[in-house]
Amino acid sequence: MKKEQIKKVLLLGSGALKIGEAGEFDYSGSQALKALKEEGIRTVLINPNIATVQTSEGVADEIYFLPVTPYFVERVIEKERPDGILLSFGGQTALNCGVSLHRSGVFERYGVQVLGTPVQAIMDTEDRERFVRRLDEIGVKTIRSEAVETLEDARRAAKELGYPVIIRAAYALGGLGSGCCDNENELDALTEKAFSFSPQVLVEKSLKGWKEIEYEVVRDRFDNCITVCNMENFDPLGIHTGESIVVAPSQTLTNSEYHKLRELAIRIIRHIGIVGECNVQYAFDPESEDYRVIEVNARLSRSSALASKATGYPLAFVAAKLALGYGLFDLKNAVTQTTPAFFEPALDYVVCKIPRWDLGKFHGVDRVLGSSMKSVGEVMAIGRTFEEAIQKGLRMIGQGMHGFVENKELVIADMDKALREPTDKRIFIISKAMHTGYTVDQLHELTKIDKWFLQKLQNIMDTSWELHGCDGCSPSFAALLRKAKRQGFSDFQIARAVGWETETGGEAAALRIREQRKRLGILPVVKQIDTLAAEYPAQTNYLYLTYNGTENDVDYPDDKQSVVVLGSGAYRIGSSVEFDWCGVQALNTIRQAGWRSVMINYNPETVSTDYDICDRLYFDELTFERVLDIVELENPHGVIVSTGGQIPNNLALRLDAQGVRILGTSAASIDRAEDRDKFSAMLDAIGVDQPEWRALTSLEDIQEFVQEVGFPVLVRPSYVLSGAAMHVCSNGEELARFLALAADVSKQHPVVVSRFIEHAKEVEMDAVAKEGEIIAYAISEHIEYAGVHSGDATIQFPPQKLYVETMRRVKRISRRIARELNISGPFNIQFLARDNDIKVIECNLRASRSFPFVSKVLKLNLIELATRVMLGMEVRKPDKSLFDLDYVGIKASQFSFNRLQHADPVLGVDMASTGEVGCLGQDTSCALLKAMLSVGYRIPQKGILLSTGDSKQKVDMLEAARMLQQRGFTLYATGGTSAFLEENGVKTVRVYWPSEEGTPQALDLLHRKEIDMVVNIPKNLSSRELSNGYRIRRASIDLNIPLITNARLASAFIGAFCSMKVEDLAIQSWSEYQS
Amino acid sequence: MKKATLILEDGSRFEGESFGYEKPVTGEVVFNTAMTGYPESLTDPSYAGQLMVLTYPLVGNYGVPSFSTEENGLPTYMESGRIHAEALIVSDYSETFSHWNARESLGDWLKREQVPGLTGIDTRRLTKVLREHGVMMGKVVFDAQEESFCKYPDYTQVNYVDQVSCKEIIRYNEGAGKKVVLIDCGVKANILRLLLKREVEVIRVPWDYDFHALHYDGLFISNGPGDPDTCEATVRNIRRAMQDERLPIFGICMGNQLLAKAGGASVYKLKYGHRSHNQPVRMAGTSRCFITSQNHGYAVDSDTLAGEWEPWFVNMNDGSNEGIRHRTNPWFSVQFHPEAASGPTDTAFLFDEFVELLKNR
Repeated sequence: MKKEQIKKVLLLGSGALKIGEAGEFDYSGSQALKALKEEGIRTVLINPNIATVQTSEGVADEIYFLPVTPYFVERVIEKERPDGILLSFGGQTALNCGVSLHRSGVFERYGVQVLGTPVQAIMDTEDRERFVRRLDEIGVKTIRSEAVETLEDARRAAKELGYPVIIRAAYALGGLGSGCCDNENELDALTEKAFSFSPQVLVEKSLKGWKEIEYEVVRDRFDNCITVCNMENFDPLGIHTGESIVVAPSQTLTNSEYHKLRELAIRIIRHIGIVGECNVQYAFDPESEDYRVIEVNARLSRSSALASKATGYPLAFVAAKLALGYGLFDLKNAVTQTTPAFFEPALDYVVCKIPRWDLGKFHGVDRVLGSSMKSVGEVMAIGRTFEEAIQKGLRMIGQGMHGFVENKELVIADMDKALREPTDKRIFIISKAMHTGYTVDQLHELTKIDKWFLQKLQNIMDTSWELHGCDGCSPSFAALLRKAKRQGFSDFQIARAVGWETETGGEAAALRIREQRKRLGILPVVKQIDTLAAEYPAQTNYLYLTYNGTENDVDYPDDKQSVVVLGSGAYRIGSSVEFDWCGVQALNTIRQAGWRSVMINYNPETVSTDYDICDRLYFDELTFERVLDIVELENPHGVIVSTGGQIPNNLALRLDAQGVRILGTSAASIDRAEDRDKFSAMLDAIGVDQPEWRALTSLEDIQEFVQEVGFPVLVRPSYVLSGAAMHVCSNGEELARFLALAADVSKQHPVVVSRFIEHAKEVEMDAVAKEGEIIAYAISEHIEYAGVHSGDATIQFPPQKLYVETMRRVKRISRRIARELNISGPFNIQFLARDNDIKVIECNLRASRSFPFVSKVLKLNLIELATRVMLGMEVRKPDKSLFDLDYVGIKASQFSFNRLQHADPVLGVDMASTGEVGCLGQDTSCALLKAMLSVGYRIPQKGILLSTGDSKQKVDMLEAARMLQQRGFTLYATGGTSAFLEENGVKTVRVYWPSEEGTPQALDLLHRKEIDMVVNIPKNLSSRELSNGYRIRRASIDLNIPLITNARLASAFIGAFCSMKVEDLAIQSWSEYQS
Repeated sequence: MKKATLILEDGSRFEGESFGYEKPVTGEVVFNTAMTGYPESLTDPSYAGQLMVLTYPLVGNYGVPSFSTEENGLPTYMESGRIHAEALIVSDYSETFSHWNARESLGDWLKREQVPGLTGIDTRRLTKVLREHGVMMGKVVFDAQEESFCKYPDYTQVNYVDQVSCKEIIRYNEGAGKKVVLIDCGVKANILRLLLKREVEVIRVPWDYDFHALHYDGLFISNGPGDPDTCEATVRNIRRAMQDERLPIFGICMGNQLLAKAGGASVYKLKYGHRSHNQPVRMAGTSRCFITSQNHGYAVDSDTLAGEWEPWFVNMNDGSNEGIRHRTNPWFSVQFHPEAASGPTDTAFLFDEFVELLKNR
């Protein structure tokens, strides 16, 4: 039934991970590419996100690491001449790009057919007015809203609708530039911001307190429709669905309500004419069957990825097949392999999605949750009771919580207010409130969360109280233990509740519970996710564990032929898609080597949690307790802890202590690298230099140490009160203020202070060793000087400006460390280099964030190599070397400050970026330009605002300023910078800081859009939240004007766009760069 | 909560806790994979004689709505006047509930209607046993004494239709226009609602009633419980009605089986039946597919259809018959439930087609 004339298809990816557009599109794109490949279609992919699985060898036939923008996509179309294009697998980025190309007639010009949902239908869902009109035609109710193009109209519309109103920017992903306003002042501020993202702004009536329900709907070109899943938000309307805890299937809807909304969803998808998949979001009255359609996403989305994982129905894969012309009746249910894809999954479990925030990483950020998304990742927990699922989930988000109860106590000043105004701590505030005696009714009144959810949470609280009132030795304890486990309590929670933690410490107490539990036969069972609730036999390997059952669904052969890989958990700042890539490469290698591959992970946005990527997938917790449960069942050959980032790495020692076989580098060695004291002593012993540091427990000791080494110093508290965890202090005043505000210094909470070396280069070594001998390595170089977190830095590989001697020393030291720790597997070392003086700052005996980047640039899969080492296979030293490459790769970071209201968009020693790209070019400038355009920078056309920090940085920027002048840009500069540049013969327009008298005011120029790039370099590395610099930086972000805060990066970027035009950039696929 | 045990014919035991009425019961153990709709399912007369296992674990969340009745005498929310299933078996009963139209908890309702409820059962394991073995008889007991006392009846020998059908003729929408005789084998209220909404007069007659003396424009054969072979009287009446070749006839579920039998085809028992909201069916010879609500343990054997009949819908999972139609006469029926309640509403258009045919009379 498919269209035979389609031989080559272009797929658009979503670019760097950002808030609102994350790993889910790697998953959907990978699925689509697999579906096309199966049909023998040649695939071309454009995606600059080099850390993704979809940009790995063999997934697409040609891969372009280029920006997903109309210009570059057109150039690729011109070159590749595809027959068809898929727009709905790369999030809003791909969709917007596709709409723009359609409008400019590019598809028509090159004869490219848009496969799947037609562009007209996409535009029907994206343009609010058209959308409302289309739904009116079929009598479907939408939220009353008005599209306006001026501030005056916005005010009038708001007055007519009545406050509170919601402001949304049209065509914006994840609610960008949107928010709720209670009065005209708030409206003015929000509207202006929204207009900076879109010429059209929507003003709509707020339906606060209504339920939010979503349906994932599929339609084929024969008009057959199914709804694969519905989902209910735990939080009521008003909180973006990406910020809400979500359960699937819905829990509080009756049959009549469920099917009423289902019927509407199908009516909508038919009328709009989707071919493939879409998502329909509803607001639903909790007091009647009244509803409003909030929006329709005519593409794969975060929700569709979640729905795929929640049900086992591969939505993206099926959508791709439907786009080729298949009917749903032509396709098979991927799980049963015998029944058709035309069906609706029946779940026999409940899933709970919980967002993961990292707001603590940002200075000044607004923590209140609303209609715009701020979370950076999510987890999905599966259980057979709601209590079990949510407690699992709360552990999975990895923020130090043990579940709903038995956590570190929160300090909350005004409980009612905290309940009324939800923040990232919402669920724990509810826990605290319940603990202090708030009733379900009171909580419902304050939060508007449906009482059913609150009652379930109350059940957990009640059990916690029962446990507290019990000594753990009475005969009735068995029944209570069983009940607690069925409600998702961990052994640790139980140990803490019965008071054993204080006796023996948490770890030992939890193990004691485990022992007792096993004696009583209270064990989890393994259940399959089979899409049909056991109605038909299914050979599915998609598994989870539960205490609500008496029988395992799968058999264990006990042949020690499986290898368990621990995944990386929720995406967060510092750990995201790159570790998914590492995990997937490890699984592939294990399979190829003839072992059974087993994955444990719980992140629904990933490819590693796709059940056809491994032989067995445990969609479950990566806690010590759960990993041990699974290892005891699987009895594997061994466990790989080095491809999933820090979470598995941290488990190594404890698993090893329980006799679990860790493959590769030993747990003891991992501990020697992780433990600061042990590592430091080891470096001293083998004669490797490191910056001076000390762990200190009093302010006097800190002063004394600082006098020894001098400012600046890097301060790392072990107990953070507020704000970011690390800080560079340049003088005594800053140090005192930081310690007083942000850190608790005491015997229990020592502060690590280290000498901070300025103007030093940062160099990274990513390598694989076998029994202490390095087999392959990649050295890369940061463009920024040390002081910018390595996850935020712009990295070039191979290094272009390192001394040969520096490289030699880096290699020599790495070899020494590898030998000393007897490394077998992947590792990463970070160095500081100044004048060939090399110091080690960090060493991780696991894959690092940059492994996919260097592997792909080098065209040598370091994880495959490392996995072979860990499996004990023969490995030969590859004959490839970074010195042979005649091109350059640049890895640039993607920031999501536009989502994080009030956060200071300045970079420092704590990581702030949410994603990255990697682009290739003939030289640094080519690659850098592509990379910067890929992370959302635009080449300025008119004016540039410069305020370039201290004198050294001013000098650093001088050459760049001269180039800009030559290119005819108007340079605006603040006082000091202006004086400096004028002195050096560069003409500037002097502008004034917000705190200064005089015109022109820098902020006015930004608002009037006379400036289209801002270079603002903070004088020192301290935060000055309300300073002039902050206001300029924040205004740039809020007005969507490109901002650079680092002199080295600014110079490099300016140098690149002044020395070449975008048209000069070569359109080359990955395979065309010869290594 | 009191302990309760489900014991299957093959001896397998499932221990749980009671949340309903405490009395021993027996019946055919069947599983339903729907994720919503327990009030509708429990009051569906087709579940007479059966112990209902729900595979979706969380049950009772939205409580139970009121037992109010509408002007036409039909219940507002339920599918009949009482619970017909013999017992309800779930994994995680929700003692507390939350919904604007709820009047009581599921447990309280079960107690009020003297129906046992079991929670804490590994319903997935139970479902797999039924899937592998086929449906079995089972009993719910509360102590050892009951265990030996309770005997399994033979499900196929009981005429459940007779137990649930109306005893007298009931007329709805009198004088509304076209008249439909509805043979009540255990009709669900929503079938009546959907017919009445289409402004026809419905004459609901007992399952074995000889309706030939009545004036009517169309014949409807309802759903119902049990073995269709217990309804020979109905088959005879349908055959007689078929002497009028222009008479529109429409059947649902049991109605499909009885129409097939009247047309000379035979019916067999499925291994474990279809009970769910997600059954895919395809209209024979077309690319039109529908998600349907189903609840049946017997199916028409398509191979036995006489030449003037043809399969109309086919189950896309197992290829079993989901509907038949006569090649020339306006006679058709479906195995699934176009009236939904509970379940998806995709095939409600079949009621329109039937009512449209009446207009030609």
